[in-house]
Amino acid sequence: MPIIQFRLNGAAMAVDADPDQMLLDVLRSRLGVTGVHFGCGANECGACYVMVGDRAMASCDMPLWSVADKDVVTVEGLGTIEAPHPLQRAFISEQAMQCGYCVSGILVSAAALLKRNPSPTEAEVRAALDRNLCRCGSHNRMIRAVLRAAAEMAAS
Amino acid sequence: MSMPSPVLKLPVSLMANPRLSSWVRFTDDGRVTISPGKVEIGQGIVTALAQIAADELDVDIGRIEMIRASTATSPNEGVTSGSLSIQQSGRALRHVCAEVRQRFLGAASERLGVDAALLDVDDGTISGPGNVRTSYWELKGDVSLDHDATADATAKGAAERNVAGHSVQRVDIPDKVFARPRFIHDLALPGMVHGRVLRPELSGAKLIALDEEAARAVPGLVAIVRDGGFAGVVADTEAAADIALRALRKGATWSAGEKLPDEDDLAGFLRSQPVETTIIDTRMAEPARKPAQTLRRQYTRPYIAHASMAPSCAVAQWDGDRVHVWTHSQGVYLLRADLAIVLKLPAESIVVEHMEGAGCYGHNAADDVALDAVLLATAAGGRPVRVKWSRHDEMSHAPFGAAMAIEIEADLDAGNEIVGWRHAIWSNGHAARPGRAAEPALLAATEIANPYPRMIATNPPAANGGGADRNSVPLYDFPAWTITSHRLLTMPVRTSALRTLGGQGNVFAIESLLDEIAALRDEDPIAFRLRHLRDERAKDVIRAAARRAAWKPQQRPGIGYGIGFARYKNSGAYCAAIAEIEGADDIRVKRLTLAVDVGEAINPDGVINQIEGGAIQATSWVLKERVRFDRTRITSTSWTDYPILTFSEVPVVDVEIIQRPEIEPVGAGEAAHGPVTAAIANAVYDCLGVRVRDLPITRDRIIAAMERTS
Repeated sequence: MPIIQFRLNGAAMAVDADPDQMLLDVLRSRLGVTGVHFGCGANECGACYVMVGDRAMASCDMPLWSVADKDVVTVEGLGTIEAPHPLQRAFISEQAMQCGYCVSGILVSAAALLKRNPSPTEAEVRAALDRNLCRCGSHNRMIRAVLRAAAEMAAS
Repeated sequence: MSMPSPVLKLPVSLMANPRLSSWVRFTDDGRVTISPGKVEIGQGIVTALAQIAADELDVDIGRIEMIRASTATSPNEGVTSGSLSIQQSGRALRHVCAEVRQRFLGAASERLGVDAALLDVDDGTISGPGNVRTSYWELKGDVSLDHDATADATAKGAAERNVAGHSVQRVDIPDKVFARPRFIHDLALPGMVHGRVLRPELSGAKLIALDEEAARAVPGLVAIVRDGGFAGVVADTEAAADIALRALRKGATWSAGEKLPDEDDLAGFLRSQPVETTIIDTRMAEPARKPAQTLRRQYTRPYIAHASMAPSCAVAQWDGDRVHVWTHSQGVYLLRADLAIVLKLPAESIVVEHMEGAGCYGHNAADDVALDAVLLATAAGGRPVRVKWSRHDEMSHAPFGAAMAIEIEADLDAGNEIVGWRHAIWSNGHAARPGRAAEPALLAATEIANPYPRMIATNPPAANGGGADRNSVPLYDFPAWTITSHRLLTMPVRTSALRTLGGQGNVFAIESLLDEIAALRDEDPIAFRLRHLRDERAKDVIRAAARRAAWKPQQRPGIGYGIGFARYKNSGAYCAAIAEIEGADDIRVKRLTLAVDVGEAINPDGVINQIEGGAIQATSWVLKERVRFDRTRITSTSWTDYPILTFSEVPVVDVEIIQRPEIEPVGAGEAAHGPVTAAIANAVYDCLGVRVRDLPITRDRIIAAMERTS
């Protein structure tokens, strides 16, 4: 099998896998990156989002070959407890979840939005997260958290 | 008159599990472990329970480690459902911790030679006059907790609590934000392999023949498991398991399925089936007043999917004739009981351990997939097998919340005052959970070679809040009523517990008709309700919501306002909701204003989070959700076919808590659904002048209602 190279959370990766295998599968089962969640397998819920460049995209229907030489960021790449991303801090401050299964995909969508648009309006945040589903009804807390993170990033 | 036994004063969970050490332990490294029988399902329960323990023990909440429920070690608290966890687990822990504290103070008093009443506890350090000190951890050798709880200890009064009553940050959120594996879906065990189960497309179809040849050729295949109509694959990787399952599906021959009802005539279906009829409640007027007219209205709600964000998942590992199961079931002991029946094993041979899944909102496929994993793991040679359902199966084979048809007849006198009220419900039962019957409730149990019959859902007794009849007895002071529940004895669409059981449908019906009668009287709907309520806590939440929403804002074209109220289960949380909607053919819920009274709110922000979530989920149910099917199969098997509310569609939700620290706490997770449903429906009338009595309130339904009116 050909070796596919890409950058994952800033680190160079060379994966020897079927290039048609979905990125989600490779991340979870080959690379142990489990923050990326399976929700539907059909790009309909956002639980598996990863950031490619400055776009949040579903990894469940993204073949491995399509990320060759690209920059892929998962929730694990946003920050750590020692050095959190402002979004991660804001999601804790706002207690912005219930079950939290959708959160890693939503953090990725929000991070991609803030890359493209560092000071979004509330309506822009909502629109940017529209492809991410949340079943618990924590939407408004998440919106507040994204706006808080944007404000914090603007101030720093 | 006999004296009541003191043990009767213990909280219900503690009566069932009196041993103190099963709830609380002090570890050698200076921590406290708290072991509740209730499980985290995204509602924040472990944090609230940690707060209660921190308060009663006087230890920093950071010292407390919450243990996940397991049949190996945890108290048996049945199922995490019905908004009862704070009520049951919380009260038990409060009592246990108060008693543990008292026992340690007794031991400290002896060791330090100081009267226990003069001792103080600060983060586990016990100190007294003369600078004497010791700690829980120093004393733990002297104090055995292998005693049963007594009724002697007294928990702190409301004024002495420092942690409960405050919005402590949830203990599970950092893991979820930093993607540290916490979900069962992310559990990695050495040697773990992956399973998938073959389920029919056609509803009720049975597997009658299986050509396994193509699946056998799939690289990475570990085993194909077949037991009667149950079939599945085990493979080294998830991808291989998916491929093998596709191959297996091609080789499957199925029987014809069972006919499904007409999804466009749910009431006709529900009202034509054989039923078991129960009179839920009656009240007779003395003297009976003769009605001038009777309003007769029918309300329906569709089947609703739990639709968890994560498909159900479980892990099982056999060791000889013992099996260990990891599950996101809401009831580890109940699941174990059903597994024991199916496996014909003593319960002691099975350990069922909880791990978090995505929010489930009731009985979804969590328990089903656990049996799937146990069956597939029999062929894995002692390796752990993780089984995950597909999105398609999650949306079609898991139980649904039951469809309901509700007819209310309201007798009105000449002044349009209510003099009689008859509320009748036709619905499948709202509960078919495992562990409560002689036969198992698990899906695969109906598929194996010696299958068990499919459990027909029943209703919990009225003492537990009822099922289809939940919230059907009015809280209003009508002079006479009869409440009747007709439980279907057929079940072509599988149903079980979904958040609020019948509460959402019944509150929708009652509150819609009340609104209609208030309008008929030309009386403000809030004034009308307040006039018919006697319970001051009920009136308080209505008044608080009204004040907060500035009821009633001036009429504006295209904008409508509506109110809904209920006390969940007639014994739990009080909640009033006011909806502001914008609408023409399509409606948009702009704002929901809610007031809620749960008694003592252990974690106020947690309560608000639950109420917000409930309000938003209810809005989704009301505007969008309906399980779709044709006469042969469930067709809403994806998020496209079963849309839920999106970020752009979510209303502003504003919640006020009426904090009553002196009143025993109750849960908040199901309080909002009924009131919000009714508030939206009533706002639709306010805005458009039509009563939509069939959920969901969609464009088609509004147009149909307008045509009926014109």
